[in-house]
Amino acid sequence: MAQGLTKSFGTFTAVDGIDFAVERGEAFGFLGPNGAGKSSTMRMIGCVAPITAGTLRILGMNPVTDGPRIRARLGVVPQQDTLDIEMTVRENLYIYGRYFGMPRAELKAKVDALLEFAQLTDRAKSTVDPLSGGMKRRLTIARSLINDPEILLLDEPTTGLDPQARHVLWDRLYRLKQDGVTLVLTTHYMDEAEQLCDRLVVMDGGRFVAEGSPRSLIADHSTREVAELRFAPGANADAAVALAAAISGDRERVEALPDRVLLYVSDGEAALRRAHHLGLSPVSSLVRRSTLEDVFLRLTGRSLID
Amino acid sequence: MTLLSDAPRTSTALRILPPGMYSARSHVVLERAFRVYRRSWLVVFSGFFEPLFYLFALGTGLHQLVGKVVGPGGHVITYTQFIAPALLAASAMNGAILDATNNVFFKLKYAKLYDAMLATSLGPLDVAIGEISWALIRGGLYSVGFLVVMAAMGLTVSWWAVLLLPAALLIALGFAAVGMAVTSYLKTIQGLEIVQLAVLPLFLFSGTFYSLSVYPAWLRVVVECLPLQHGIELMRALNSGALDWSLVGHAAYFVGMAAVGLVVTARRLDRLLLR
Ligand SMILES: Nc1ncnc2c1ncn2[C@@H]1O[C@H](COP(=O)(O)OP(=O)(O)OP(=O)(O)O)[C@@H](O)[C@H]1O
Ligand SMILES: [Mg+2]
Repeated sequence: MAQGLTKSFGTFTAVDGIDFAVERGEAFGFLGPNGAGKSSTMRMIGCVAPITAGTLRILGMNPVTDGPRIRARLGVVPQQDTLDIEMTVRENLYIYGRYFGMPRAELKAKVDALLEFAQLTDRAKSTVDPLSGGMKRRLTIARSLINDPEILLLDEPTTGLDPQARHVLWDRLYRLKQDGVTLVLTTHYMDEAEQLCDRLVVMDGGRFVAEGSPRSLIADHSTREVAELRFAPGANADAAVALAAAISGDRERVEALPDRVLLYVSDGEAALRRAHHLGLSPVSSLVRRSTLEDVFLRLTGRSLID
Repeated sequence: MTLLSDAPRTSTALRILPPGMYSARSHVVLERAFRVYRRSWLVVFSGFFEPLFYLFALGTGLHQLVGKVVGPGGHVITYTQFIAPALLAASAMNGAILDATNNVFFKLKYAKLYDAMLATSLGPLDVAIGEISWALIRGGLYSVGFLVVMAAMGLTVSWWAVLLLPAALLIALGFAAVGMAVTSYLKTIQGLEIVQLAVLPLFLFSGTFYSLSVYPAWLRVVVECLPLQHGIELMRALNSGALDWSLVGHAAYFVGMAAVGLVVTARRLDRLLLR
């Protein structure tokens, strides 16, 4: 879908020549630290930001010439809600359908169903302003589904949602995917990325730093297990230096975080035992499997520290 | 970097409107405006009273002092009959400008309404046409109300006065389009006040209350370039039934305003929001 896709604001390059292709019916995720260029990319795919250079084809069409025709088949959840504050909850869904040219009669049932999905049926007559942040988010998500999109663009869809609403959304997205809807999303929740995405890219500074399925990313960029050791405040950095002796092999490594030390190893329990042999006694410790979060920290850790 | 590139080139800048701006669905933008203002129709009517107050105040007050005046085509008419069509032109202007500036600015900068619209299959031209139409309808509503009052008070002079309504709509359209185009350039709320500041002298000095012949020649030329003066001439002539070819020129002025305003607005929305 995209080749050499670039987005500049003045002299600043937010997205720097990325190449990717998303298949129909696939769930594709963008991960990356704040300012990595995820939203800029999403806005280009959503045909609401012109590209600076490169090529972009969406549903076989060119956003430069076919913006409205492409957008007709997209559902968009922008990072910032853009609800109509002069209208009620129900009218927000209704008028959005009208913007897509849907007939009034068809919209009624659709709006009812989406209100139900967003769990906002009892707030249907309220204006948007008094809704809570999460309710607004749910309304924005429901709104994006009004035109039965073929591609759904979700920019941090679940930010601000309570756990229950998050699961309702995941369930819905999962079913949409089964129905052949393509999902393109960004998120800062690694569990969400792991649950939903077939394929992920990790972005940093406008470029891709890794690409693959959640599993393969973990396999490629992390070890099988992680031992987490928590020392007294201030003692973590020194302990990390000492712990360098507790690891072996070329892929194993020590990561010092402000509040704890992570040992990336193939066998976590063995590493803990070695730590005790070194005379280190952490306040607490645990062993777990590697997750996407470890991959994320590894690949973009530098910019987290900056 | 790849060699093939879709990035817009200067060739598109040469066209008046780039492709992908229009999807023939501006009526839904209008539908939204109706839904919103159905609930607050009282607000919509506020702008209707302003020219009426002027009519009553100046009509009753100055009427006694001035008495009869010579209107277009040499007809002798009362002073109230002289200012009424001018106030009608001004009310069409006020209604249209009020909506195209204050309300549009709010929707553009704070409510992010147009951002939401442009994420759908609507194009910037749909949004521009829809919103300008709404401002036009609003200006038109004020005009209808004013016209009814005029007729009831016997201020219409000839049967040609039925054409005052379409003329008022044309004036409203011209001001709505240019008003929205100007709004799209405003960065802060102070800008709106400057617009209001520009509208007031336009209202006072465009020959609303007296004939332009009182001005020195150079000032007349300046005022004759300004839009409201053309609306006033048009209205006054229609009300008196004094038709001649200059009216076509006045009407063309507003057609031009509407066309330029519409194109500029659509382009600005595209530039501002789709970036
Ligand atoms: N309209 C704009 N004008 C200028 N710079 C912009 C604009 N929009 C984004 N940027 C810059 O582009 C870079 C990428 O922004 P973007 O919003 O794409 O990041 P992101 O990956 O979505 O981050 P986050 O996780 O915080 O949402 C940032 O440095 C940002 O400051
Ligand atoms: Mg973002």
